[in-house]
Amino acid sequence: MKLQEYTRSKGNFEECMKCTVCTAYCPVLQVNPLYPGPKQAGPDGERLRLKDPYFFSNTLKYCMNCKRCEVACPSGVNVADLIQAARIKYDKSKPKLRDRILASTDLMGTLTRPVAPIVNAVTGLGITKTVLDATLKIDRHRTFPKYSSPGFEIWLRSHKREQAAFPEQVAYFHGCYVNYNYPQLGKDLVKVLNALGVGVQLLDNEKCCGIAMITNGMSESARKHAVHNVAALQKAVDKGLKVVTTSSTCTFTMRDEYPHLLDVDNSAVKDSLLMATRFIYEKLEKGAKLNFKSDFHKKIAYHTPCHLEKLGWGVFSEKLLKMIPGVEFTMLDSNCCGIAGTYGFKKENYEASQAIGQALFSQIKTVNPDVVACDCETCKWQIEMSTGYTVMNPISILAQALED
Amino acid sequence: MKFDSVIIGGGLAGLTAGLKLQSAGKQTAIISTGQSALHFFSGSFESLQEAPEEMKQLFSQAGIRLHYSPGVRLMPLGTFREAALSLEDIDLFPKASFGKKVLIVNLLGYHDFFSSFLAQGLEKEGMECRIRFINLPEMEKLQLSPSEMRAVQIARIMDRIWEKVIQEIRLLLKDEDTVVLPQVFGLQDASVPSRIRQGIPARVVFAGTLPPSVPGIRTQMLLKKRYQLLGGTFLMGDKVDKAHLHEGRVHSVVTQNLDNHYIEAQNFLLASGSYFSKGLSSNPFGISEPVFGLDIDFAAERGNWYSPSFADDQPYMAYGVKTDENLHAIKDGKALENLYVAGAVLGKTRPEFGTAAGMAVRSALAAADNILKASEL
Repeated sequence: MKLQEYTRSKGNFEECMKCTVCTAYCPVLQVNPLYPGPKQAGPDGERLRLKDPYFFSNTLKYCMNCKRCEVACPSGVNVADLIQAARIKYDKSKPKLRDRILASTDLMGTLTRPVAPIVNAVTGLGITKTVLDATLKIDRHRTFPKYSSPGFEIWLRSHKREQAAFPEQVAYFHGCYVNYNYPQLGKDLVKVLNALGVGVQLLDNEKCCGIAMITNGMSESARKHAVHNVAALQKAVDKGLKVVTTSSTCTFTMRDEYPHLLDVDNSAVKDSLLMATRFIYEKLEKGAKLNFKSDFHKKIAYHTPCHLEKLGWGVFSEKLLKMIPGVEFTMLDSNCCGIAGTYGFKKENYEASQAIGQALFSQIKTVNPDVVACDCETCKWQIEMSTGYTVMNPISILAQALED
Repeated sequence: MKFDSVIIGGGLAGLTAGLKLQSAGKQTAIISTGQSALHFFSGSFESLQEAPEEMKQLFSQAGIRLHYSPGVRLMPLGTFREAALSLEDIDLFPKASFGKKVLIVNLLGYHDFFSSFLAQGLEKEGMECRIRFINLPEMEKLQLSPSEMRAVQIARIMDRIWEKVIQEIRLLLKDEDTVVLPQVFGLQDASVPSRIRQGIPARVVFAGTLPPSVPGIRTQMLLKKRYQLLGGTFLMGDKVDKAHLHEGRVHSVVTQNLDNHYIEAQNFLLASGSYFSKGLSSNPFGISEPVFGLDIDFAAERGNWYSPSFADDQPYMAYGVKTDENLHAIKDGKALENLYVAGAVLGKTRPEFGTAAGMAVRSALAAADNILKASEL
């Protein structure tokens, strides 16, 4: 009986049984009564929008695109895809200047990096925050990610020859965060992969994955980035390379959002694009060995970022961290931290963002770990700002635990 | 990835088996396609007799309190149904009556609790009913979006303001001996229903609402939390796409999310639920089990799957995966030696385990027992 497969609607919305399970897991619905919720905004609304675009509601912008509704759905409906696709299709309003700035992560990185110390000093000032709050509606409570100079790409290029000497090679999609804000994570990855006998290369000119553009109403720019990145990934795949990543959201965007929301075909590269945690776990499973320090001790609480939960790959981070001798591991309950990329930076979302994260923050305080582990850079900002605990990518923890 | 046992399905059966195996020191994984039927759980284990000792133990370690008292429970429309073993916040009565005068209290703007139907039902049993609504400022935000005013959203607020609810009800209470409230209490904090009982000078009865079920979601969260605390691996929102079988054994499964990464195990347990959870699948020509293609007996004529009367027991609800006496799954007439079956995917093929939620728990305990015995050999 193939008929049902051929007649499957986009986003699978006709499979919705109206069971309301998704509404119990939507973080936004818990704090913002203006948001109609995943069921109304997704499959219910889609039925009406198909009849008449008049039924598109501007309140769909409150969706954080965390995909928790999809993870919860027992019927396989792509609830959040339906919502984001409707925003792309029907919302004709132009993104505000503020949203353009927040969404252009790589442009901001390129412009600011040469003068990183100045930018960091300026964005850290109370007066700057007050001005940004008043003029651009970027909430004053937020701490801006620091820009780093030189960037990761420059650092890796300067080590090109020694990396090329390793018998096995991978390409690394580092993302904006590693390049502009936190090159140390990239260096940690290189250390761990080198310890496994794997050398690291850059892709041929990667661009921002585009997730912030998708959620800020700039889908055309996002599509351009997607086409560019798929071509860059293809070049690596053609050379027989796997491409590893350290950001769960970049990975999720390139694997799932490109075909689902931007109609960019990634089928030829999708299987080669992996979180580094998965790549490393699979190597260890095949018999590779890592030498860990004998005196390493850390109490780690692991937070699965929403997009990693949707990818279903949190298990690799969990298994890797548990593998390190001397680690006391706690799996934190499945909750959203509330930041959702650029969502929590916006003044109008600040309060909701903090309220959403409350359950996670208080659990972290109860567990009282040495460090919180998490594969997402924006979760890191949010958790560090809201709890005071240090957040590290599992890759950085692995690097720290390795015998030098 | 290798485990001692892999459980397909994260509902009541899968979690119960997972807890038992994990407690016995086995390394297990649960793969769950979305959330389970526990989200529609009445809180009562239907036909189950007194709980098996190990169920009491596993559940109480997870923080779930049960009580056993054969009798009836109140249904959402004011009727009564036989019940015995239930979650602590589900009341059980010896007969279809619990008082002379009843105060039914609903929350203003909440449409998933049918106070008038309840009153009509209770009045038929000779009880005198009065319906009142309470309104608290903390609910104002929710009331802005009436269509999203559901049990779980309300329960999140009630976990914080239950003391105010007690005060409001005490003001409303006249000479009634019983207060009926919707099941919107005790989502994160399981002690809220009993605190409300203590605070009101009358018998308090909680009646079911439309889904999602607050006691059901609480049960799911507690079981899952305990399972992960014991070191179990829970793969949420993932779906088993195919299984690799070799010489009468399951070697591994492949899931949608982990695509080409094989998940291997000594033993597998299929606890994938009934039609709603897609453990069973039907089309105009037949009924099938989608992961392994296991044997299912069903009437050849599609017309015989249904009974013309809506309220009857429907024959299609009885269909389920065939198993041998040790709950091994049967495929093409032969038992698969390391694949076991538990829960609603069995349909009514194993009446010795009871029905509904009780059957899920009992068959899961039995299957887990068989897995443990097999792994000792």
